[in-house]
Amino acid sequence: MNPRRVRTLIRKEFVQVIRDPSSIAIAVVLPVFMVLLVGYGLSLDVKEVPTAMVLENPSPDASGLAAAFILSDYFRVTQVTSMQEAEKLLRDLGVDGIVRLSQDFDRQLAWGGAPVQLIVRGVDANRGRFIQGYVQGALGKWMDQRQITRAGPSGGPVRLQSRMWFNEAVDSHYFLVPGLIVLIMTLTGALLTALVMAREWERGTLEALFVTPVQAGEILVGKTLPYFLLGMAGLLLTTLAGLYLFHVPLRGSTFILIGVSALYLLVALGIGLFISSATRNQFVAAQITLVAAFLPAVFLSGFIFDLASLPKVVRLISYLLPARYYVSFLQTIFLAGNVWSVIVPDFAVMTAMFLTLFTLTLRKTRKSLD
Amino acid sequence: MESFRRILALIRKELRTILKDPRARFTVIVPPLLQTLIFGYAATYDLNQVRFAVYDQDHSEASRQFLADMEGSGTFRRVANLRDSKEIGPLIDSRRVLVVVQIGQDFERRLLSGQPADVQVIADGRNSNTAGTALNYINTIADSFNATWRRNHGDPPLPVHTVFRAWYNPNLETRWYMVTGMIGMITMVQMVILTAMSVAREREQGTFDQLLVTPFRPIEIMIGKSVPSIFVGLMQVTMILMLALFWFKIPFLGSLPTLYLGVFLFLSAAVGIGLMVSSVAATMQQALLGSFLTIMPFVMLSGLNTPIANMPHEVQYVTLINPLRYVISVLHRVFLEAASLSEVASDLWPLALIALCSLSVAVWMFRGRLV
Repeated sequence: MNPRRVRTLIRKEFVQVIRDPSSIAIAVVLPVFMVLLVGYGLSLDVKEVPTAMVLENPSPDASGLAAAFILSDYFRVTQVTSMQEAEKLLRDLGVDGIVRLSQDFDRQLAWGGAPVQLIVRGVDANRGRFIQGYVQGALGKWMDQRQITRAGPSGGPVRLQSRMWFNEAVDSHYFLVPGLIVLIMTLTGALLTALVMAREWERGTLEALFVTPVQAGEILVGKTLPYFLLGMAGLLLTTLAGLYLFHVPLRGSTFILIGVSALYLLVALGIGLFISSATRNQFVAAQITLVAAFLPAVFLSGFIFDLASLPKVVRLISYLLPARYYVSFLQTIFLAGNVWSVIVPDFAVMTAMFLTLFTLTLRKTRKSLD
Repeated sequence: MESFRRILALIRKELRTILKDPRARFTVIVPPLLQTLIFGYAATYDLNQVRFAVYDQDHSEASRQFLADMEGSGTFRRVANLRDSKEIGPLIDSRRVLVVVQIGQDFERRLLSGQPADVQVIADGRNSNTAGTALNYINTIADSFNATWRRNHGDPPLPVHTVFRAWYNPNLETRWYMVTGMIGMITMVQMVILTAMSVAREREQGTFDQLLVTPFRPIEIMIGKSVPSIFVGLMQVTMILMLALFWFKIPFLGSLPTLYLGVFLFLSAAVGIGLMVSSVAATMQQALLGSFLTIMPFVMLSGLNTPIANMPHEVQYVTLINPLRYVISVLHRVFLEAASLSEVASDLWPLALIALCSLSVAVWMFRGRLV
C-alpha cells in the first residue's frame, strides 16, 4: 500500500462528496431530520384514545365508572346514549373504541359479573390490543377504588407486579434511538457506497483506475474512507441527540460503542461494495441494497419487531443479517451496560462478516483487472 | 391527434425500456414481491415465542397451575427454572429470556385465605414495545386464572368483566394491517425511483437533449414519462394484492374499482413527486439519493408504523400533504372495512388534489429547466 497514492484517492473522493450536495444530504440532512422526527414527532405510546361511552342508563354506579374513564389520560371520551350512535362513530373513524354499560348495569353489579362490552377498531391490531389493555387497567383501578369505599370482592386473587427493566418509565425513545443509529449507519454505509461505486463501474471510470499503478486494496480504502467518516459523523450526531435531547442513557462504555459501531459500518460498507461490484448498475444496485440491507435493518433486526416470533425460515434469514447483531449490541450498550455475554458474540459474528465481505470484494475487484 | 400519436409512441418506447431488458424487468417485479413477503412475515407485533424463566418459591398446586396456564397459552416457552433470585439478573442481561416470573412462597396460602397474592413479573425493556406486549399477554392470563379460581372456590365473581370484540380484524392480526398498508408504501418507493431514474438516465446519457430537438412539447414528454410509470405501478399493486389475497389469505371485503381509483390517484401523485425530483437532479446518482431523501419523510409520516393521532399537532398538519397517508387509509378501509366510495371520498379528494398539484408543479419545474 502506497500512502501517497491512497491519500490522493481519498482527496479526490472528498472533493467529490463535498461538491455533490446529494451525498451530503443523505449523510447529514437526513439523519438530522430523522432524529428530530423520531424525537419529537413519532411515538408508539398510545394516549388519549378517542372512545365512545355508551351509557344506556345514567345510574349512580354506571356514571361513576364512566367518570373514571373521562378522568383518565388514556381516553378521550365521547358520551352517547345508544349503541347505534356509537357504532356510527366507530364506522366513521370518530372513535377507535366503544365501551358500553347496559341498561341494568347497577343491578348486575350488585350480583357480580356485570358485563362491560368493549369493541375496538381492529384494523390496527397493535393499537386495538393496547386499547384492550387500557380498558382492563381502568376497570381494575375502578374496582380497587370501589372496594376501599364499600365491602365487596377484591380485584382478583392474583395480582401482577410487573416491572420493565432498563426502561422503567416505558419511554419509546429508549428503543427508537438505538434503532435510528442502525438505520443511519446502514444508509450511509451500504446505500451511499453501493451507489457511488456502481456509478464508477457503470461509467467505466473504475477500469480507467485499474490501468494506473493503483492497487485494488488502495482503491477500496480510498473509496470507502470518506463514507466511513460520514457514517461515524452520523453516529456521533445521533448519539449526542439521543443523550442530550431525548435523555436516553448510555449505560455501557463509550469506547466500546464507538469500536463496535465502526466495525458495523465496515460491514455495511462491505455490503455496499459487494453489491455494486456484483451489479455494476446504479439502479439495480439501489434496488438490491434496499431489499438486502436497508429494509432488513428496519424489519428483521429486532429494532421494532420481535425476532423470536418470526416464522422459522425468516428467523434463519435474520441470522445472516449484520443489523441483527448491531441492534442487539446497541440496545444492550445503551440500556443495559457492558454485558459481555451479549457484546462478545455480536462482535465475533460481525468480525467474521467483515472479513468474509472484504475478501469477496477484494477478489471481485481484482478479477476485473484481467 | 398528431400529439396523441407522438405520446403513444413515447409510451411504447418507455414501456419497452422497462419491460424488455431482463435486468430492468427483474427490478420492477422481484423487489416488490420480496418486500411484501419480508414485511408480511416480519412486520408483526404479535408474539408467539416468548422465552421465560420461572422462580417458583411456592412449589404448590396453585403456582403450578398458574405456570401451566402461561405455557398452555401457546405464547410462552419456559426455558429455565431458577433457585435463587441472583440468577435473574444474568439471564435477562444476556437476553436468554424476555420475562422472569417470580412466585413468592406463600402464594397458595394467601390465595386460599382469600388474600391477594402477588406474582412478580420482570420483563427485558430493551425493546419496550415487545416487553409491553408480553406483559399484556400475562395480564390476560392472570385475569382468566382469577376467574377460574373464583369459580372453583365458590367466591363471588368479580363485579365487572369485559366482553371484548374487535371489529374488522377479529383476531387482531398485525399482518392484515401491515400487508394491506404496504401496498401503498412499496409502490411509492418504486414509483418515485422509477420515474426519477427514467428522466435522469436519459439526461446522463445525453438522449434527453435528443428528445428535446424532436417535435415533442415538454408536456408531451412528461405524459410519455408518467403514463408508463403509472402502468408499472398498477401492475405492482396487482401483484402485491394477489399475494395479500392468495398467499396471506387476507379477506378482501370492499370493492375493487374503489380501491383501484384510490391507488391510481396515489400513483399519479407519486409519479409527480418523482418527476419533481428528476427535474432538479442532474445525474442518476442525484436522482436516486434525492428519491430516498423525499421518500423517507413520506414513509415516516404515513401513520403506518406510528399512528398520526400520536404525533404533535404541528406534525399532524404536515401529514395532510402526504399522499401516502391517504392511500393507506383507503387501502385499509376498502380492504378490511368494506368502505364504500362515498365513505372514502374524504381520502380520495385530497389524493386527487395532491396528484394535480404535484404533476403541475413538475411540469412547471421542467419548463424552467428546459428553457
